Amino acid sequence: MERNYETVFITTPVLSEDQMKETVEKFRNILQKNQAEVVHEENWGLRKLAYPIDKKSTGFYHMIEFKSDGSAIDNLEVEYKRDERVIRFLTVKMDKHAVEYAEKRRSQKDNTKKNESQKEE
Amino acid sequence: MAQQNQSEIRYLNPPAIEVKKRKFCWFRKNNIKYVDYKNPDFLKKFLNEQGKILPRRITGTSLKYQRKVSRAVKRARHLALLPYVTDMLK
Repeated sequence: MERNYETVFITTPVLSEDQMKETVEKFRNILQKNQAEVVHEENWGLRKLAYPIDKKSTGFYHMIEFKSDGSAIDNLEVEYKRDERVIRFLTVKMDKHAVEYAEKRRSQKDNTKKNESQKEE
Repeated sequence: MAQQNQSEIRYLNPPAIEVKKRKFCWFRKNNIKYVDYKNPDFLKKFLNEQGKILPRRITGTSLKYQRKVSRAVKRARHLALLPYVTDMLK
């Protein structure tokens, strides 16, 4: 059954920008291989962690929202565990309210971006 | 005379009558259906200084949304957006 899911993962801060992009690309490909449709992506950049994980106090956050069959999750999480660059991950099922909220959030972000670009002009 | 005095008792300060303040559920009032774990600043409203989840009797949240808050806080903790243990969070 097709469902909406949302996955957030944290990668080590030692990666360069290119390596980070490569990591994201890798997981996007894994999703696509499993017939998942990527709905939305968000890069939060380097953030301070609330507590140290593997003796690291910062990490790159990346969020992917996708639509797929439940079986894709297993493959994705196995890949997360195998990858040493990923220090933490979370995948959650989205209910109808969550989907609604995510859409609203996206449109708000777009608006703020538009406003900012207008101000710059 | 004595009886009249008794009936005319005057208070210097108005007597304190307890007025019950109605608690309300913040989520119901603002018509919010989903509690987001990705927004730690918002979730901090429902935590004490040690990062513990505040009980319903203090925040006034309804049971339905308290469950959602607790789930969101736990997810945020897993992702290191909120600490598990701390002091002076606020």
